[in-house]
Amino acid sequence: MALIRKPKIKSIPYEDFKDNESLEQLIDQLNEKGTNVIVTTADQLINWGRSNSVWPMNFGTSCCAIELMAMGAARFDMARFGFEVTRTSPRQADLILVCGTITNKMAPVLRRLYDQMADPKYVIAIGGCTISGGPFTKSYHVVKGVDQILPVDVYVPGCPPRPEAFYYGMMQLQRKMKIENYLGTVNAKQKDEHKQEAQALQQKILNEEQEA
Amino acid sequence: MTLEITTIAPAELHAEMLRLKEERKMDYLRNLIGMDWGEEGLGVIYMLESSETGETANLKTLTADRENPCIPTVSDIWDIANIYEREVFDYFGIKFLNNPDMRRLFLREDWVGYPLRKDDKPEQENPLRMDDEPLADTTTEYFLREDGTLASRQHTIFAPEDYVVNVGPQHPSTHGVLHMRVKLDGETVRKIEPVLGYIHRGIEKISESLTYPQMLAMTDRLDYLSAMQNRHAMCMCIEKAMELEVTPRIQYIRTIMDELQRIASHLIYYACMTMDTGALTAFFYTFREREMLCKIFEDNFGGRLIMNYNTIGGVQYDILPDFARQVKEFCQALRKRFHEYQDIYTTNIIAQQRMIGVGTLSLDEVISRGVTGPSGRASGWHNDVRKRHPYALYDQVEFNEIIRTEGDTNARHWNRMDEILESLHIVEQLIDNIPEGEYQVKRKPIIKLPEGDFYQAVESSRGEFGVFIESKGDKSPYRVHFRSNGLPLVGAMDAACRDQKFADLIAIGASMDFVIPDIDR
Repeated sequence: MALIRKPKIKSIPYEDFKDNESLEQLIDQLNEKGTNVIVTTADQLINWGRSNSVWPMNFGTSCCAIELMAMGAARFDMARFGFEVTRTSPRQADLILVCGTITNKMAPVLRRLYDQMADPKYVIAIGGCTISGGPFTKSYHVVKGVDQILPVDVYVPGCPPRPEAFYYGMMQLQRKMKIENYLGTVNAKQKDEHKQEAQALQQKILNEEQEA
Repeated sequence: MTLEITTIAPAELHAEMLRLKEERKMDYLRNLIGMDWGEEGLGVIYMLESSETGETANLKTLTADRENPCIPTVSDIWDIANIYEREVFDYFGIKFLNNPDMRRLFLREDWVGYPLRKDDKPEQENPLRMDDEPLADTTTEYFLREDGTLASRQHTIFAPEDYVVNVGPQHPSTHGVLHMRVKLDGETVRKIEPVLGYIHRGIEKISESLTYPQMLAMTDRLDYLSAMQNRHAMCMCIEKAMELEVTPRIQYIRTIMDELQRIASHLIYYACMTMDTGALTAFFYTFREREMLCKIFEDNFGGRLIMNYNTIGGVQYDILPDFARQVKEFCQALRKRFHEYQDIYTTNIIAQQRMIGVGTLSLDEVISRGVTGPSGRASGWHNDVRKRHPYALYDQVEFNEIIRTEGDTNARHWNRMDEILESLHIVEQLIDNIPEGEYQVKRKPIIKLPEGDFYQAVESSRGEFGVFIESKGDKSPYRVHFRSNGLPLVGAMDAACRDQKFADLIAIGASMDFVIPDIDR
């Protein structure tokens, strides 16, 4: 048995998504080396749970944050999809919604917030500014695309995007979560260079303490 | 209609400023704009106004020394000048003599160069730095020795034994990415030191390389909750320079839009205020009405939050035939539901105890610190630009300037609540009488402004928003400056929160209602 071929989510039928090709490519890549029946079945159960309770961190720097607020309010109501538990602390969040321009001064702060999040973690770049610098590309103090500092999972264009576009992006992420190999892969991400760096630093401090 | 600006030598500046303040009661420093006039040197433009008589005065001073430009400070005359001078130091490297706090305001402390100088190449010298930002606990003061040489001395901001808590830049109640270093004594706030610039996008510098119609897109994104008013200010400033008259229809549409935008902004203010003080349910009430407004905005201009609606000499599209009905429905619905906001939050005993008598600012403080808008009017300062310098149709409609004198959080809150009703009143007067006519005046495709300085202010949702343009007769401006309405509000946080409880800092900040991209620009 292979991984899920066509990840189903409750809100939108598979065919209604605009770019199924990139998802299918990703599935093929993941299935290249074959899969384990027992593990993938367990994965599917875990992923079902994970993808229906995504807790975003409300990280808003500018205009897009107001649309994020609108998304939390009654008309758009993000609780319908399991996104309503917005956390303000990175340590309790699965997902960081980067809403708004990221400047040079903010970049290290954003990176640190991302590092503080627990694995598995995801990034959605919301709005033109986070994707490429948007209207401020010419500026001396704007990061031209948040992908320079964070690995981005989904891009949502717009200035600002409508709440519906936010949802579309979030649902793309849900599909992505549904096809992931959880056990042994996503839950054990040890190759992150920042993590390795941190571990090396910790080891160094321990050694120094022992020597002293 | 260029601004009349008197030139004055740096040596005489301080005495003249003191004279203006004492003799002509110029107690409100509207603007302090750094300038780079190339070979003539670096300088500053001061715009003053008297809060009593409404008289204005504009002065400029300049120094030819580009290596070590020095200009005497005016921060001992107006409190707000301190933060403005830090901004100019950050942008142009002008050292203000005897200003006790000469640090960068927006950029990192290890930033190289001064980005708004015409000969500076900020991007080449400043690659993206991913290491943590250094934050010094000391600051520098520059002064002249008796023999005329420049010297400096250090001042302490926070001593090593002080207990300092960081609020922000990622904090739900700072309305964006404001960072405040707060010195605490137990639960009591002793000092607040705002760290700005986390959303400094360099709009003023970008604008210098854009043509006038292109520049408009930037103004919407400054204070995105006053998008209409900001763009209105920019369009009026350019129209003033071009001597372009707009039709009554355009004036009507613009005035209505400004007021609808103000209502939308105050509704968000209420939502934020309630959320910050822990009343989440109330948040849903105002967002319900705001969605009605967003629907109107979207139907007519295609944008919910950022409308890009005003253009030079008109508006982008004509309003829909259905517009008047939609707006009237909204007005009725809001009037009917307005009491619900007070029932659920404002009259609640817990909310009242958090607000009444907390975070008081006196009249002198708000004027000296340039706190305009509903926050300034809560301390009894008559500062409404719509009354002081009427524009669009504000001299023809009937409305009250909402004034309270308590100066506390409660007064600031109620001022905004009352302004919602006042704005509804203005909209209802205009909505049935929109005259027929052009929605866009014919103008040349390429816009060049005549040489000179131009300034136009509007009353945005949270204070005086001004646009200053210096033109050399080209397609793009020589220098653009925006009078931020939020910067003075943040500057006044220290005065408002001192000796208050830490939890009240959040409520006071919410009642000031600042929007960070407008502060950082």
